[in-house]
Amino acid sequence: MTSLQFDIAHLLAGGMLVLSLLLLYQDRILATLNVFALQAIVLSLAVAWQAYVQGAMHLMVTALIALVVKGFVIPAALNRIVYRLGIHREIEQVIGAGPTMLTGLGLIALSILLVMPVNVGVTALAREDLAFALAVILLGLLMMITRRNAVTQIVGFMSLENGLILAATGARGMPLVVEISVAFSILIAFSVFGIFVFRIRERFDTVDLAALDRFRSERSTLQ
Amino acid sequence: MAMIYDLVAQGLQMILVLAVAPFILGVTRKVKARLLRRIGPPLLQPYRDIWKLMHKEAVMAHDASWLYRGTPYLLFATTWVAAALIPTYSTGLLFSWSADLIAIVALLATGRFALALAGMDVGTAFGGIGSSREMLIASLAEPAMLLVVFTVSLVAGTTQLSAIAEHMIHGSVGLRVSLGLVLFSFIFVAIAENARIPIDNPATHLELTMVHEAMVLEYSGRHLAMIEAAAALKLTLYFSLLVCLFLPFGMATGDKSPLAFAIGLAFYLSKIMLLAVLLPIAETAVAKMRVFRYPVFLGGAFATAALAVFLLFVSQGF
Repeated sequence: MTSLQFDIAHLLAGGMLVLSLLLLYQDRILATLNVFALQAIVLSLAVAWQAYVQGAMHLMVTALIALVVKGFVIPAALNRIVYRLGIHREIEQVIGAGPTMLTGLGLIALSILLVMPVNVGVTALAREDLAFALAVILLGLLMMITRRNAVTQIVGFMSLENGLILAATGARGMPLVVEISVAFSILIAFSVFGIFVFRIRERFDTVDLAALDRFRSERSTLQ
Repeated sequence: MAMIYDLVAQGLQMILVLAVAPFILGVTRKVKARLLRRIGPPLLQPYRDIWKLMHKEAVMAHDASWLYRGTPYLLFATTWVAAALIPTYSTGLLFSWSADLIAIVALLATGRFALALAGMDVGTAFGGIGSSREMLIASLAEPAMLLVVFTVSLVAGTTQLSAIAEHMIHGSVGLRVSLGLVLFSFIFVAIAENARIPIDNPATHLELTMVHEAMVLEYSGRHLAMIEAAAALKLTLYFSLLVCLFLPFGMATGDKSPLAFAIGLAFYLSKIMLLAVLLPIAETAVAKMRVFRYPVFLGGAFATAALAVFLLFVSQGF
């Protein structure tokens, strides 16, 4: 592998990580959706580049799925949901941007420290991709923790899944069947989420999940 | 003879930054005014302002101490030294061994420290507000700046500006995410340090939003001239630093003929002129931030720079 190929792969994976951080502190819902779409597009570029470098053409299918489904279909659908719920002007943040960013940086450092020592039988590129993918996954989890709006939690989950795909392409030889089934399960999960969001709204007149906490605490006091 | 030639080259650089700084400021003001559909002051207005202030009486408060009187000169001196050390049209000048990135950050910090003290010296409320805000911004911007320094010097293997510029021109730097991120962070810091728009408005005299202007509100006459000249120099300094670190192409390296110097000079002037046009365009596109949003803005710069350091470690290995 030449140094330029490595640099481009590094650039794309690093770009995904930057977008993950951006996603973390974005407090307007529509901006969050845009950043998420951008991340999916960068992901598909990264996967396509890996397909070219590794000479594994079936990864191109993965890239295409990522581009169409996660880059366009899901953001557009989320956009519609947001408009129909009438929350497109909402601004939400549980913890301030500063602490969230610091935690995010800590998680990135942690995943790099965790993966870098592994150097038996893997190329530098695979190792690096793994480090970045782990960081993206952890940042997605962090986003799910820090948000309380159901829609942005879904975005957190989806960006976590972006990290999974990045990890899978870095480790050579994920079969296409697995790939397609993962893509479909994501779509199904997404439609379930969609239905749930509307159910939550129907029940509690809000998609703020803090409303759910209240019910849980009431039940625990009854027991 | 060679010694004299070197001295002249170094002297030219020192005079160059001083001479060009008010003009650069004039260009940013003119472009900004044109973007707002005003005519704007002539390009040479900052020179005239400084000239006028030099010939005016310096009014001082009764309880102003020596600190108040000395600060403008100290500020001007530190800024000028820092600006003169940054390689502009050529690397490897006579004093380039002392042009260390950390030294330049320290020189700027010294000037700012003195100015913040002077702002509080006469005991007016505005000076105090300005000083406290300036220190808030500085304490947020400096960590980000140091991480930028750290990343750049890790890539180049040195903190000496002249060597960094040479490395960026000749060395195999390749496509680096880290450098892109650091450039981003550096621009954020430069905006904050120069009191440009999302952080501070250099044209305002509205009390609630002033930072830098509040701090120097009591100054007049030749003292104010020094401070204005230092502010102009600081803007040029950050432009030169950006050019030197990230876009040093066209700079004279090794070859010390007058022709190479002339080419380097032309490249340098056109690059900083381009930056002086781009800055007001960016400024017109955004609104000024609330003071309470500064930590988010500069925290973003810090996070970007920290991420750049991480990525650099990943790609280079430990």
